[in-house]
Amino acid sequence: MREYLEKNYLNQETTIKSWLLTMDHKRIGLMYLFAIMFFFAVGGFFALLIRLELLTPIGGDILDANTYNVFYTLHGAIMVFMFIIPSVPAAMGNLILPVMLGTKDVAFPKLNLASWYIYIIGSCIGIYSIVIGGVDTGWTFYTPYSSSTDTAVMSMTFAVFVIGFSSIFTGINFIVTIHKMRAPGITWFKMPLFVWSLYATALIQILATPVIAVTMLLLIMERSFQIGIFDPAMGGDPVLFQHFFWFYSHPAVYIMILPGMGIISELISTFSKKRIFGYAYIAASSMAIALFGFLVWGHHMFTSESEFAALVFSVLTYLTAIPSGVKIFNWLATLYKGKISFEAPMLYAIIFLLLFAIGGLTGIFLGALSVDIMLHDTYFVVAHFHYVMMGGTVIAFLGGIHYWWPKIWGRMYSEKWARVSAVLIFFGFNLTFIPQFIMGSQGMPRRYWQYDNMLDTDLFQFYHTLSTIGSWVLALAFIIMLIYLVHSIKNGKVAGSNPWGGLTLEWQTPSPMPAHNFLEEPKITHGPYAYDKVEAERTID
Amino acid sequence: MSNEKTSYFQHHFADPEQQYEASKFGMWAFLVTEVLTFAGLFCAYAIFRAWNPEMFINAHKALDVVMGGTNTVVLITSSLTMALAIRYIQMNNNKAAIINLLLTLMFAGTFLVIKYFEYEHKFHCGHLPGAFYNPLISPDCVSIEGNNPHVFFSIYFMMTGLHGIHVIAGMALISWLIIRTTKGHFSPAYYTPVELVGLFWHLVDLIWIFLFPLLYLIG
Repeated sequence: MREYLEKNYLNQETTIKSWLLTMDHKRIGLMYLFAIMFFFAVGGFFALLIRLELLTPIGGDILDANTYNVFYTLHGAIMVFMFIIPSVPAAMGNLILPVMLGTKDVAFPKLNLASWYIYIIGSCIGIYSIVIGGVDTGWTFYTPYSSSTDTAVMSMTFAVFVIGFSSIFTGINFIVTIHKMRAPGITWFKMPLFVWSLYATALIQILATPVIAVTMLLLIMERSFQIGIFDPAMGGDPVLFQHFFWFYSHPAVYIMILPGMGIISELISTFSKKRIFGYAYIAASSMAIALFGFLVWGHHMFTSESEFAALVFSVLTYLTAIPSGVKIFNWLATLYKGKISFEAPMLYAIIFLLLFAIGGLTGIFLGALSVDIMLHDTYFVVAHFHYVMMGGTVIAFLGGIHYWWPKIWGRMYSEKWARVSAVLIFFGFNLTFIPQFIMGSQGMPRRYWQYDNMLDTDLFQFYHTLSTIGSWVLALAFIIMLIYLVHSIKNGKVAGSNPWGGLTLEWQTPSPMPAHNFLEEPKITHGPYAYDKVEAERTID
Repeated sequence: MSNEKTSYFQHHFADPEQQYEASKFGMWAFLVTEVLTFAGLFCAYAIFRAWNPEMFINAHKALDVVMGGTNTVVLITSSLTMALAIRYIQMNNNKAAIINLLLTLMFAGTFLVIKYFEYEHKFHCGHLPGAFYNPLISPDCVSIEGNNPHVFFSIYFMMTGLHGIHVIAGMALISWLIIRTTKGHFSPAYYTPVELVGLFWHLVDLIWIFLFPLLYLIG
C-alpha cells in the first residue's frame, strides 16, 4: 500500500479537546514526544551556555558562579528526569508497542492519559523551580548540601517525585499490556525485541521508581521538618541518601538505555534484511541487564563506602558488561553478510554501535577501583556518561524517530538532510566529548566554573575549546533536524505502509495508522524477523 | 468465557475475561510499587536500629502497646469484612456487601481515631521527629535514654504517617465502592473494582502488620 490513509488517528477527530482527552495510545505518545522534545531543547540550551562559559579559563564570561551551578544542575535534572527517562518508553513505546503486539490500545488507556498529565504537572513544578531561582546541588541532590542550600530544592525534588508516578504508570501499563493483550499468535518469543526491551524497562520502572519517590519525600521532610535522617549532626547519615538515590538512579540508567537497545535491534535487522542473530539471547540479555541493574548502585559511591563493599560492587559492575556484550556481538553477527542499506535510521544504528562501544569500554576504567579513585569527579566521568546516554540512548531515540516517522505521519522526511544531520551529530558529538575524556584523564575536575591557575590551564583550554565548538556543531545538527522533520509533516513524500520493508506488525497497517491501529484483525503469518522466509515490498523507492 | 458486551466492557479488550485479568494484574503490579515505597523506609529503620540498638529499645517504650495492639486487631478485622464484601457481591447479595463495606470503613475510621490519640500523646510529650524532639519531663511521659532518640521518632512518624495516608486513601476508595454498590454497578459478572480495592486494603493491613512488631514490640 503506497497511499496515505486519509482517515487516520491524526485527523479522525480534530478538536483540541479530542487531543487533550484522548485515550488513544498513539496520540498520547505523540503528546509525550512534543513535551519531551521541548525539554530536550531547554536542557540543550543550558548545556550550550555551560560550554560557552568554559571557553575561557576564567569564570564569569557569561555566567556568574551561582548561575553556573544552577545551569549545570538544571541541564542534568531536566535531561534525566524530563527528557531521557520518558523519551523512548513513554513517547516511542506508547506510539508503537500496542501496534507491534497487534492490539487496539494499552491495557489502561485512562491511566496512560493520566501519566501524561502527571508528567506535565511534574514538569510544570520543575519549571516553577527554575523560575524561582533554580537548584544548585547537581542533579543528584546530595545531602547535606541539598538540605541546607536556599535554592529551590523543594520544588525540584517534588517535581521528580511527581514525574516518578508517570513513569510508574507507564511501566504498569506496558507490563500488563505485554502479559495480557498480545494478539493471538504472538507468543513471548515471537515478540519484537523492542517489546522485550520495554518489558525489562517497565520492570525497572515499577521496582525502582518508588524508591526515588520515598527518597525525595525524605529529603523534603528533611528540609521542611529537619527530621535528621540524612544529617550527621543529628545522628543521621548522608551516605544513606546516596544509597537510596543510586538504588533508583542506577537502575534508571537502564530505564534510559534498554529501550534504546530495543530500537537498535529493530533497526539492525530491518536494514540488514536479515533475521536477528541470537534473538533469545538478546531478549534474555535485556532481562539480565534489568536484574544486574539493581545490584550495582554502589559503583557510584566507591569513595564513600567501605573497601569491601566497593570490591563487591566493582565485581558486580563487571558482570553487567556480559549482557551488554551479548547484545553488541549479536548485532554485529546480524550485520554479517546482511543486505545492508544505509538510510538515516541505519546510520543512527551504526553511530550507536560505535559510540556505545566507546561508552561501554570507558566504563571498564571507571569500574576498576584503583583507576576510579583517579578518575572520579573528573570530565572522564562526564564524557563516559554522555557516550552512554547521548551516544547510546539519544542516538537510538533519533534512530527510532526516523524509523517510525513515516508510520507516525504517513510521510517521509528528506533523506538527504537526514543523512547530513546524522553525520554532523556524529562528528559534533565526538568533538564535544573525546576532548573531555582526555582532559578528564589529565585531572580536569567536573562541575568547575573556571580552571584558571591550574597546572594545565592552557592544555585544558585547548580541549574545552574543541568541546565547545563540538557543542555548536551538535546544536546546528539538531536545528537542521527540526526543520526537515517539521517540513516533512505536511510536505514529505507519501510513505506508504512499509517504507523500509520491515516485518513487524506496525508495517502491516497503513500510514498514518488508523484510529484502532488496524483496519482488520492483523494476521500473524511469520515472526518479526523472518527475512529469510518472507520478503516485504518496500513502499518507497 | 462470556462474550456478552456490557456497559463495563471496554472495546480495546478481546473479551471481559481479558479485561478482568488485566485489571487484576495491573493492581498487583501497583502493589509491588507500594511494597518498594515502604521498603525504603524499612531499610532506613534497619540501619538506624543497627546503629542505635539501645536507644531503639528505650524509645519504643514511649509507644502504647495496647493502642497499637488494638489497632492491629481493628485492621485485621477490617480486612475480613473487606473480603466478606467481595464474597457477598460474588453471591449477588449487594445488601450484605454494603454492610460489610460500611463496617470496613468504620474500622478504618477507628484505626485513625486511635492513631490520633497516640499522635496526640507524642506531641504532648515532645516525642517528635528531628529538630522538634523536645521531651517533656513528666510522670505520664517516658524518658528515653540513648543516642539520638529523635531519629526513632523521625522513622516512627514517617512510617506510620505514610501508612496513615494509605488508610485515608483506602477509606476514600471504599466510600466510592459503597456509592457504586448502592447504584447497583456490581454483580457476580462484574465486581473488578471491589476486588482491586480489596487487594489494596489487604496491603495496607499487611504493612501495618509489619510496622506493629517492628515499632511496638522490640526489646
